[in-house]
Amino acid sequence: MSTPFYVSPQQAMADRAEYARKGIARGRSLVVLQYADGIVFVGENPSRALHKFSEIYDRIGFAAAGKYNEYENLRIGGVRYADLRGYTYDRDDVTARGLANVYAQTLGTIFSSAGEKPYEVELVVAEVGGTPDGDQIYRLPHDGSIVDEHGSVAVGGNAEQISSYLDQRHRDGMSLAEALKLAVQALSRDTNGTQREIPAERLEVAVLDRTRPQSRKFKRIVGGQLGRLLETDGASTEAESAEEPDESDEAEKK
Amino acid sequence: MDFLSEHQPEILPGNRQLPPMQGVIEAPHGTTIVAVTFPGGVVLAGDRRATMGNVIAQRDIEKVFPADEYSAVGIAGTAGLAVEMVKLFQLELEHFEKVEGAQLSLEGKANRLSTMIRSNLGMAMQGLAVVPLFAGFDVDRDRGRIFSYDVTGGRSEEHNFAATGSGSVFARGAMKKLYRRDLSEEEATTLVVQALYDAADDDSATGGPDVARRIYPIVTVITDDGFRRLTDDESSEIARSVLARRLEQPDGPRAALL
Repeated sequence: MSTPFYVSPQQAMADRAEYARKGIARGRSLVVLQYADGIVFVGENPSRALHKFSEIYDRIGFAAAGKYNEYENLRIGGVRYADLRGYTYDRDDVTARGLANVYAQTLGTIFSSAGEKPYEVELVVAEVGGTPDGDQIYRLPHDGSIVDEHGSVAVGGNAEQISSYLDQRHRDGMSLAEALKLAVQALSRDTNGTQREIPAERLEVAVLDRTRPQSRKFKRIVGGQLGRLLETDGASTEAESAEEPDESDEAEKK
Repeated sequence: MDFLSEHQPEILPGNRQLPPMQGVIEAPHGTTIVAVTFPGGVVLAGDRRATMGNVIAQRDIEKVFPADEYSAVGIAGTAGLAVEMVKLFQLELEHFEKVEGAQLSLEGKANRLSTMIRSNLGMAMQGLAVVPLFAGFDVDRDRGRIFSYDVTGGRSEEHNFAATGSGSVFARGAMKKLYRRDLSEEEATTLVVQALYDAADDDSATGGPDVARRIYPIVTVITDDGFRRLTDDESSEIARSVLARRLEQPDGPRAALL
């Protein structure tokens, strides 16, 4: 009978972390930014149907980089958690902090259990508040830790470079068009520093808009509206964001 | 719903163990709900009274709820159970939409509500029936549709107009005489208020417009713009104009004899 080789716990964990990081790095990056009226999610996604961003509850959105089947599983778990909470207690009792904790527990357990392979995902859970001060953004890496982020956050393959780029340029109170442009610039920088063009059709954009009259603040920005936002200059963004709700409602119906 | 019944079945309305008992439980009951289609949408409205036996339990109860962006439920029957059923129904539609990334079809929603009513059959046998009216805008067919139910969950699509609850007979009579296929949205909202007025006129469990307390029927409109509930000012405006005409003609507008 053969004796298993001894592997030190440090080495085992380092190997698992390495494995998960590599898996995540294969996927495309995405960024989550605060802007004046809420939180915007931007990512490069060639698919129209397989979303990286999703609504979890009234004020809570979800973004994920990594393996689709694994984060989809986590997303549905999160929707269930939130809906069950909201039904049992009240809609106000569903918070991003609670949800982030559940995700952290799940990811942490999977990461350290010897029987399973670690999930190759990195999540962002964001909740839009009544004012920019009330916004919460949590980043959840593959090992189950939670990082409380402010302003901007990037996850996925090229995350470190993108977040340092964003940290230097992001400021509070940006308009949606400005934030969106910054996000696209950050995403289109390659590892070696060269810029490439990401066409609007390959972008997936969603916002948690605190000015929305409905209680569900999440909405996707698609098609013509996205094109207009990307084209606008800083000067005309005010008018654009003012007429936005109507247009988005039309867009959603189609 | 399936997830709930696996993990926490006790919080679902249909799964409660009822102690054996005699007689009828006294609980507030909601009364009359009416719905009318018009080209481009559907109107769903309800009076504001809840009764418990011969007592008025509540004067300003709300019995019409949005189910999601394009549909609404009006409830008649045991108020407590009905409100909970609507809450669960809303949850289910929203949950489906988030998980699947698409809305249920209007038929799908109507069928789902049917199952929920059927699961309440045990309670209905003890006098705690819930009989809702479901109205929505069918985005695929581009028109408003109405579904009515019986206590066993039987579902039937109603054309043009429908009513449920204790005052429904009188409301239906009124709508039968006043309904036209080419109603505008404003006319349709006036029609439902007229029908509720007639229901309140002949049914003691249905409340008419309460001018002294400023309590007026809840009127909701669903079109391709989604669900909209008329503001208190708008519905009081309609109720007041109906009332003003009824001061001259207590039985309301006359339909032609032939």
